[in-house]
Amino acid sequence: MSPALLEADGLCASYGSYRALFGVSLEVPEGSAVALLGSNGAGKSTFARVLTGLVPASSGSVRLDGHDVTGMPAWRIARMGVAHVPEGRGIFSSLSVEENLSLSFRRRMGRGGIGEALDKAYAGFPILAERRRQQAGTLSGGQQRMLSLAKVLAVPPRLLVADELSLGLAPVVVDAVYDGLAEIRRAGTALLVVEQHIDRALALAEHAVLLAKGEVAWQGPPSGAAEAMERILGSGRAERT
Amino acid sequence: MSSFLDYAIPGIPYGCGFALLAVGLVLTFRATGVFNLAFGAQAFLSAFVFDLLNQYAHWDQPASFALAVLVVAPGLGLALDRFLFRHIPTASSTAKVVSSLGLLVAIPEMIPIIFGGRTRHRIGYLWLSPNLVYFHLGSTPVNGADIATTVITLGVVAALLAMFRWSAAGVTMRAVVESRRLSQLEGVNASRVAAGAWALSSTLAGLSGVLLLSQSNSIDPTNPLAFTTLLVAGITAAALASMESISVALLGGIGLGVLENVLVKYLPPGSVLATGFLPSLPFAVLVIVLLANPRLRHIEQSSDPMASVDPPPPPPAVSTRDPRLAAPMKWGFRILMVAFVASVLTWVPGNWVFVLAQGIVFSVIFLSVTMITGMSGQLSLCQATFAGIGAFTAGRLAEHLGLSVLAGALVGGLLAALVGIVLAVVVSRVSGLLLTLVTLAFAIFADNVLFQFSWSGGGITGVDVPRPAIGPLSFASDRYFLVLALVILAFCMLLVVLVQRGTVGRYLAAMRGSPGAAASLGINLTSTKVVVFAMSAGLAGIGGALYGSAEGPIASTDFSYVLSLVWVVVVITTGATTVEGAVQAGMAFAVLAQVLSYLPSRLDGLEFVMFAFGALTYAKHPEGIVEYQKARWLARVSRLLAAWDARHPGSGQPSLAGSGETASAAPAGSVELSNG
Repeated sequence: MSPALLEADGLCASYGSYRALFGVSLEVPEGSAVALLGSNGAGKSTFARVLTGLVPASSGSVRLDGHDVTGMPAWRIARMGVAHVPEGRGIFSSLSVEENLSLSFRRRMGRGGIGEALDKAYAGFPILAERRRQQAGTLSGGQQRMLSLAKVLAVPPRLLVADELSLGLAPVVVDAVYDGLAEIRRAGTALLVVEQHIDRALALAEHAVLLAKGEVAWQGPPSGAAEAMERILGSGRAERT
Repeated sequence: MSSFLDYAIPGIPYGCGFALLAVGLVLTFRATGVFNLAFGAQAFLSAFVFDLLNQYAHWDQPASFALAVLVVAPGLGLALDRFLFRHIPTASSTAKVVSSLGLLVAIPEMIPIIFGGRTRHRIGYLWLSPNLVYFHLGSTPVNGADIATTVITLGVVAALLAMFRWSAAGVTMRAVVESRRLSQLEGVNASRVAAGAWALSSTLAGLSGVLLLSQSNSIDPTNPLAFTTLLVAGITAAALASMESISVALLGGIGLGVLENVLVKYLPPGSVLATGFLPSLPFAVLVIVLLANPRLRHIEQSSDPMASVDPPPPPPAVSTRDPRLAAPMKWGFRILMVAFVASVLTWVPGNWVFVLAQGIVFSVIFLSVTMITGMSGQLSLCQATFAGIGAFTAGRLAEHLGLSVLAGALVGGLLAALVGIVLAVVVSRVSGLLLTLVTLAFAIFADNVLFQFSWSGGGITGVDVPRPAIGPLSFASDRYFLVLALVILAFCMLLVVLVQRGTVGRYLAAMRGSPGAAASLGINLTSTKVVVFAMSAGLAGIGGALYGSAEGPIASTDFSYVLSLVWVVVVITTGATTVEGAVQAGMAFAVLAQVLSYLPSRLDGLEFVMFAFGALTYAKHPEGIVEYQKARWLARVSRLLAAWDARHPGSGQPSLAGSGETASAAPAGSVELSNG
């Protein structure tokens, strides 16, 4: 097996006095896709945030490319090629569409590469080109999600941590989102897809990890995930899209 | 028409001063999320340093400017970020305002401590001399300072507008303000951007200070208060701009300057209306703007989509008090009280008796802060005004009707409560930051107008509030007055505790936690707010009357709005949530002033500085540092007792180890302490 791009080892984290993670370990090999599943409050989003440095780990370690990045500020991890599309609205609503995109591209492409990246983003999402001067906060929910995805798709990162991308979106938009993920996957981006709606994520992934109460309850091939969820979380708990 | 222009034209450079402050406030708020009340103090610091170098050390203007505006100002900004605001990015905007309030009090007081007091001989200027008239606009002479102020202001604002709109740095700054977390995910070093924003806005503060310096009528580097008054004009223009638009802030500032200058023409010269209304014009406009501009109501709502990432704010220190401590503490307190009263009546030297009496009177006033800030979570900056209303009422009633001061204090308290009700009804639609600004505006208005009439505060002549007497019993001596004040304090404490534990207190606690949730439970937010404002104002009024009675003749300066700021800062520092907090604050305030009076006079402001720095900890320990430490020590003693139990089974009462009182029971514990 190729050396893992991302290795999390025994991660623990808490919000104030509330402990959310109890020693979670997980690997994402270079260029592969891992689905992180679990019910509401299982610790999925917290795990994603610890990986990208938003929430400090109280113990355990995160290694990226073999380098220890535990405790590094989020912006440094981001500059190492990790993109995190957070749950909900991952855009700056007070900035215009174009300002959102160029802010993101400037860090990754340098000043000279912004124009090219903008063209690519607009080619992928023509609606954003029409609305380039509009304040991002005034876009519809689906368009906002497209904007946060456009940042990633135009300039594929090495690792994308995608948190609940399909939440609250119309099925046709969900299709577009997952098409986009498959595309950057082909471009070499490794994916960690956090989802409550499991079918789409499992179709994309080659490995699945199930979190329950802040611990890894099961992991294995995607084909076994549905059965495992039913067994561990009880019937009816695994939501389907 | 030409005479209208004669008045309007000088208003433009004058208004540019307001405009710079307003733009600075908007910029700081947009770039750092802090409503920086200390902005005026920062401007003052740079003006002072410039004046010091230019007039005393005889540096030339460019060198003085470089050090005062380009080194000292951004340096202070960076220090504020590094040591204060960086650590509280997620604190509520009230906590941030309290921090900037502490700075507003501390910075001007530190200057004489560091540099010594100075008197001013000549007016320095930055670029063109204010003594040279360069040309006439119509029949209005335009001097160098007018040109310099206008040109520099317009230039700076244009540059800022361009930066925010077009430069990458401007976009990054706006992104960081909206969400630090999200911008970090884009690879932005948010801490460094915030530090840069502080340096930039502080430089702007320094620039406006130095520019205003040459407007001889507005700024005096020996008088920091002039800056604070200017600041309110700046706040008004910033509010006009909804804390958003830099260009509207500029126009608003200039408009205010022009309006003020034009109104001079129509008001009868020399009357109270002219001398008082004019400086309070910005406040009148501010109140209207704050209440009428609907966009302002949303400025405090966090727009950060990643807000849930942050850990919850620290809970108040849990007071785990071993029940066995209750009895010794109760008896200790009783013995201490008896010893205190006996000492005061017998051997304590006269000047110290007076100081202790002052402390008790302050405690009564400070209870009003406990009520409004500690219990309802609203920050009121006009408690000194309520105290003044009580004091002047009692004084006038004694003077004209021969009413006893005690009765006068009650009437004064009622009157203050009435004013409080009116104010609460006016501000019932706003809360948080806006409410704080309205109360500040009201305090400055009272200072300049309300207390200046011959029938109210009597201007500088003042009012004499006699010592109280009950029948043949006179409390003219300090010793007897102290005992009387102590009794009144005990009553007031009891009142506050009863309110705290009663329905209104529960409503307030709910409101403090979440106004929306409280309203959904059927709590009438408006009437609750009106009740707490009225009671707080009434307490302040009674305390103010006592204060007047303790001091003898008092004038409007004894209740200046600056005192409101200082008092709030003092109470917050020691502990605004409990009645003991207010008493500790009152005693510490009076006693420290007396102790420090033995030091050289340049250290006069040290007390304010100490308390102001204490207020900076508010964001971390909202219950006050004294209360925080007390809770920690009580917890420690309780733990020791529990450990002793564990080692000597059967000797102590069982099952005490984990059954200490929790935070919510702390006020109940305090009752025994206060009324024991």
